Amino acid sequence: MELYELGLRDLQDKLNREEVSIREIIESVLKRIHEVDDKVKAFITLDEENALKKAAGLSSKESRKGQIVGLPFALKDVFCTRGLRTTCASRMLENYVPIYDATAVSRLNAEQGILIGKLNMDEFAMGSSTELSAFFPTRNPWDLERVPGGSSGGCAAAVAAGEVPVALGSDTGGSIRQPASFCGVVGFKPSYGRVSRWGVIAYSSSMDQAGVIARKVEDCALIMNIIAGHDPLDATSANVEVSDYTSFLQPNIRGMKIAYPTECFQQGMDEAVKNLVLNALKKYEELGAIIEEVSLPHGEYALPAYYIIGPAEASANLACYDGVRFGLRDYEADNVLDMYCNSRSAGFGDEVKRRIMLGTHVLSSGYYKNYYLKAMKVRRLIKNDFDQVFKNFDLIVTPTTPTTAFKLGAELDDFLTLYGNDIFTVPVNMAGLPAISIPCGFSDGLPVGMQIIGQTFDEGRVLKAAYAFEQNTTYHNIKPSLGGEQR
Amino acid sequence: MNEDYEVVVGLEVHAELKTQSKIFCSCSTAFGAEPNTQICPGCAGFPGMLPVLNRQVVEIAIMAGLALNCEIAEICLFDRKNYFYPDLPRAYQISQLDLPICQKGYLEIDLDGKKKRIGITRAHMEEDAGKLVHQGNITSSPFSLVDLNRCGMPLLEIVSEPDMRSSQEARAYMEKLRSILLFAGVSNCKMEEGSLRCDANISVRPRGQKELGIRTEIKNLNSFRALERAIEYEAKRHIEAIEDGEKLIQETRTWDEEKQITLSMRSKEEAEDYRYFPDPNLPPVKIEREWVEKIRATLPELPDQAQLRLVDNYSLPPYDAVILTLTPEFLAYFDNCLAHYHDAKTVSNWMMGELSKHLNQNNMEINDCKIQPAALARMLSLIDEGTISGKMAKSVFEEMFASGKEPDLIIKEKGMVQISDESTLIKIIEEVTANNAGVVEDYRSGKEKALGFLVGQVMKATRGQANPAIVNKLLKDCLKGD
Repeated sequence: MELYELGLRDLQDKLNREEVSIREIIESVLKRIHEVDDKVKAFITLDEENALKKAAGLSSKESRKGQIVGLPFALKDVFCTRGLRTTCASRMLENYVPIYDATAVSRLNAEQGILIGKLNMDEFAMGSSTELSAFFPTRNPWDLERVPGGSSGGCAAAVAAGEVPVALGSDTGGSIRQPASFCGVVGFKPSYGRVSRWGVIAYSSSMDQAGVIARKVEDCALIMNIIAGHDPLDATSANVEVSDYTSFLQPNIRGMKIAYPTECFQQGMDEAVKNLVLNALKKYEELGAIIEEVSLPHGEYALPAYYIIGPAEASANLACYDGVRFGLRDYEADNVLDMYCNSRSAGFGDEVKRRIMLGTHVLSSGYYKNYYLKAMKVRRLIKNDFDQVFKNFDLIVTPTTPTTAFKLGAELDDFLTLYGNDIFTVPVNMAGLPAISIPCGFSDGLPVGMQIIGQTFDEGRVLKAAYAFEQNTTYHNIKPSLGGEQR
Repeated sequence: MNEDYEVVVGLEVHAELKTQSKIFCSCSTAFGAEPNTQICPGCAGFPGMLPVLNRQVVEIAIMAGLALNCEIAEICLFDRKNYFYPDLPRAYQISQLDLPICQKGYLEIDLDGKKKRIGITRAHMEEDAGKLVHQGNITSSPFSLVDLNRCGMPLLEIVSEPDMRSSQEARAYMEKLRSILLFAGVSNCKMEEGSLRCDANISVRPRGQKELGIRTEIKNLNSFRALERAIEYEAKRHIEAIEDGEKLIQETRTWDEEKQITLSMRSKEEAEDYRYFPDPNLPPVKIEREWVEKIRATLPELPDQAQLRLVDNYSLPPYDAVILTLTPEFLAYFDNCLAHYHDAKTVSNWMMGELSKHLNQNNMEINDCKIQPAALARMLSLIDEGTISGKMAKSVFEEMFASGKEPDLIIKEKGMVQISDESTLIKIIEEVTANNAGVVEDYRSGKEKALGFLVGQVMKATRGQANPAIVNKLLKDCLKGD
């Protein structure tokens, strides 16, 4: 196996045994990117020079102190990086260079990980296909004519294509899990508040959460050990003890109680996807888990409520892009109102504008009560549904998405269908729960993902169940062909 | 004003809270720094930045609430108030709408010896915006510059009930509010620096009518005087409109200080929809009762208590007590004088008279005054001892105010000691009477007024240093005797 195909832990072992150098690892990854990214188009910005410089700085043993010394990672371009352009895949921030690192990024840097570059996404994390990037669409390594999912599609595609072993993404309604599912990799969204949002460009502040996309569950645990935990710079960051997540990497799940909601196996489901997830549940039963069917009765209201709360928050969060202090500005305008209008019209894509308008509308006087307040009540009911189930169960399993990856352009003009991709993932964000998507099979050569949902701050058990499944299956070992021969 | 009508006033006051750092970041709150030197990516609204509440702001807001007899909320919440303006970096102001930190308070004003309670509806925490700087004025300037130093300065917006019925009451409310905030130590309340700002809601109605009239909101009231004038102007405008059968509209107006008039800014229809909603970046603030009680225990003496003390302990008139408690520094000055001098009323007279006059003339605060309280007390003792006359004291005071010198030194340097020695004075009197034989005749023939002239001559001869009471007595004796 080539170095770029290995996970973090495998690379770590090789480094410890002095079989490879950090420089070789970084060069292998960079070489792979140069070979395949023309096809995949995962990267917006590659930070090659700095990556090599950092690798050189870690050549002596004395300089190595961190938990991920010399290991490469990449970031969804929603994470602010000091001195490195951070675009959110928007024209608005095309040339924006932050003077600060997001807390999660600082923590990875402090542990001596090596940042390779910034990954493509749907503009401002709004979308489920990465086609809504203002720059270019990213392609699914399993079928280059298909989307990688989104909004963290660059992360999932890069990880699946072997361009980086691990990437940080963000997930507001499924933006880590859905692309992970489409690209056959692992996508972990922690509980709301688990990972600091400081320096992560906001879409919907009450649901945004940073997380990990990797090829292996153990790499998610390793990264979570670093990025999880209280941050005084984020008032919504939880001051709750963080476990050593690697301690949950054990395959014994005997007696674990897993629920599967009736509602997630009916409506508009792809039969193959449904059957693969049901098979996965059988696998869990074989491994000694107790499986039962339950109901999440308010799930059907989740999407409409999400598309009120998310845009409402976004309409305010994205108001700071006014052309006054940074970002795109119309310098020709001769009054401030024109400057606002022209800058924002030119800087934002259609979907972003749609959500800003939607959000502005639902917060307007006369509509607030019927839309925003009602949606907040729905949110409470959805949380209550989960709480009910978790009285008797450890975990809930659903498909991550109703279908496998769709073709590029297929849902571009049909945003309601596009929104439907997130039907199983959105309720999790509304309730602030941790969830993971792991590969559970293939349908017509395209990966299918299974979502495992846990209780708030019970990340450990989610990782444990995911690890157990991974250890007892081989889906994660199958690599995409990138348009060539399947390997 | 037309006596058939009654004016109804409610005030919205923004007080800048006295903290080391801003409300949602650690930038300094110091006034007067170079533009955009006290900012960070947080208060300047850069991508990915998050607000973290400064606990000191909550503490000070609670202190203010207690000083204003408010109920302190057990849970309060921050909301986003959305609007675009170049001085508002996030394009929303973090404020409080439904769950403010303080509610249902009041303060008492004292007007012509009559006390009146003015209700305080609510007081809430919010962040200030920055400001725009223009070359010349906003209409002629070819550009706007943005200074964000003020962004995120902590404010308490204090909203009164529409309980005031005249411009005088409104002024008294503002002055009392200011003194309470100053005594509580929660704000510097400098109107000229903008750390105390005021908007007035004004309506008029025929006397006896219960319903309120159409209301207008007046902005840009930067002094007590502007507040009074604007209310008077606006009330008159409303009454005239009603009398003329014109229709008033609910609108926001601005006070034009130069022309001394109000001008329309925007009508209710044009008013912005702020689309308030809870700020998801800031969890609800729980305020434990123990915390409130701990703060209550540290409340210093407030103006009402101080006024009672002055009236009870020193038998001062309530009017004096109100003036002496306008600021804590003024009261401290009074208290310090009394540590060195026995008569409160005399101190009060001098502080309300000469001292205030000189401070106002020089646009100074009591803290800038060079006269130490002990020195003023010493000067008053010198009058009592007869060393200087009251008249001389005024010029001594002037010199003290200008130079800060001790009164004894000034008297010595200027040879200003009062002449009370009878034998010295008799000699001078004899000279004066000898030189003014005609006037002496007049007096003796019953022209009482002539005495005044003779006293004046003695004073002149002594360059004002003769003790006038003694001169009077000696002159009378002298004129009677011969």
